Amino acid sequence: MAVEQPLTSPPGETTRIHDIGYRGYDGPRLGRAYARRSLYSQSLRGAYGLGRSVKSKVLPMLLFAVMCVPAAIMVAVAVATKAHELPVAYTRYAIMLQAVISLYVASQAPQAVSRDLRFKTVPLYFSRPIETADYVRAKFAALASAIFILTAAPLLVMYVGALLSKLGFAHQTKEFAEGLVSVALLSLLFAGIGLVIAAVTPRRGFGIAAVIAVLVITYGAVSTLQAIAEVQGHSGAIAWIGLFSPVTLIDGVQSAFLGATARNPGGVAPSTGEGIVYVLVTLALIAGCYGLLVRRYKKVGL
Amino acid sequence: MYDPTVARLTYRALLGRRRALILGALPLLLIVIAVAVRALSGADDQTAADVLGGFAIATMVPIIGVIAGTGAIGPEIDDGSVVYLLAKPLKRPTIIFTKLIVAIAVTMVFSAVPTLIAGLILNGNGQQIAVAYTVAALVASIAYSALFLLLGTVSRHAVVFGLVYALVWEALFGSLVPGARTLSVQQWALAVAHKVAGGDLVTSDVGLTTAVVLLVVVTVLATWYAGQKLRSLKLAGEE
Repeated sequence: MAVEQPLTSPPGETTRIHDIGYRGYDGPRLGRAYARRSLYSQSLRGAYGLGRSVKSKVLPMLLFAVMCVPAAIMVAVAVATKAHELPVAYTRYAIMLQAVISLYVASQAPQAVSRDLRFKTVPLYFSRPIETADYVRAKFAALASAIFILTAAPLLVMYVGALLSKLGFAHQTKEFAEGLVSVALLSLLFAGIGLVIAAVTPRRGFGIAAVIAVLVITYGAVSTLQAIAEVQGHSGAIAWIGLFSPVTLIDGVQSAFLGATARNPGGVAPSTGEGIVYVLVTLALIAGCYGLLVRRYKKVGL
Repeated sequence: MYDPTVARLTYRALLGRRRALILGALPLLLIVIAVAVRALSGADDQTAADVLGGFAIATMVPIIGVIAGTGAIGPEIDDGSVVYLLAKPLKRPTIIFTKLIVAIAVTMVFSAVPTLIAGLILNGNGQQIAVAYTVAALVASIAYSALFLLLGTVSRHAVVFGLVYALVWEALFGSLVPGARTLSVQQWALAVAHKVAGGDLVTSDVGLTTAVVLLVVVTVLATWYAGQKLRSLKLAGEE
């Protein structure tokens, strides 16, 4: 294909342009939405180690198993003893295993965003048709979906088990739906917090430690304060203290509106007014995390 | 056995720029909580023991231990710059020992000192509680640093494994399976604190002798094995 252009320049000029035969692309352009979808599906697969090395599959799969096994055991016990109710409510399950969920977020949030920053591959993404907001939305949605799969799978196991052992259909379906709403909120909140922290600490290891510190330390601090408020007879303060950690935030929302029993010391459920504050704070945190991420990527490496 | 240059480099890697902020945030939170609790409920020995035992020793010390212990060597192995250190005419155990000293010092400064301050704020060292928990934090700092430094040389995912040990093993398994408490740095440190405080406010599931023996064995063994590990270190690529 290399066609030598005839030399038309005047004698004495030795420069000329060769056509060395690179072929242009004239196939269909798949565009921005396709790129965003691909980024979403690749990030979601990556969150469970699919398409990555065997070593990086171990931890997410292990945590997934740890999440599901207690649910399966509970179902087995409920079937064997012919109980009329599952031993643990749907809404309570995620709060009970919050340490496992926190570990999953801490290990996978840096995996989703920190490596792109550390190896400076972010500009390559933005050389494609996607915009900053597309990248952030795809990553946010992927991590939230991954956490939703992690938290909803055990609920599904419990629901199927409950139906198989002939517990009331309508009652179980209502509680299952409430549980799903609660874990969906939890997934969005945890994904947002995890991604924001991971996006500002690209260095390996520090991102994980920072995410864990925020999720677990705040929970530890809030529980300690709540326990002391309970002992000292300041029951009114318990609900307000709960606003300061992600886990107790979700716990408050679901015990106010989704028929769950509060897990805090004393089992104090927030009143409707306090519940509305809980919902508003949760939604504001999710929106705030999204806004911070977009801001972070506005100026990254470009 | 101790090399000042390696120590200086490790200090800068651990405390440089924003990392000191992450390390400093936790102790600050503890002191804020201590002030809030004191304002809310006044001086009370049981409350002080709850805050220091439940938050400082159970959550703060292990996490700072993980950050300082793995942070002393992990990132260097990770980005490959450890080869420049290994190429110097220094014994590998010397490098490990120096990094261990630095990690212990950092963990102690960021965990034991705030524990003491929080204890003094909470009940003014009544019944020796502040001192007892400070001793526990000091002892735990040594063992955690050695353990997590070893993890940093063994695995590229040291932080995750360190956190799994600190949070899942010590907190979750420890509360479900009583036997797991015997194999927990936290309980060994509390045994030492129990000896210092004397009363019933600080309790541990293991005896003092067992605790001290296990602490010494774990620290020495982890440091020795980390030195061995560094002698035959293989550098691998990402993933």
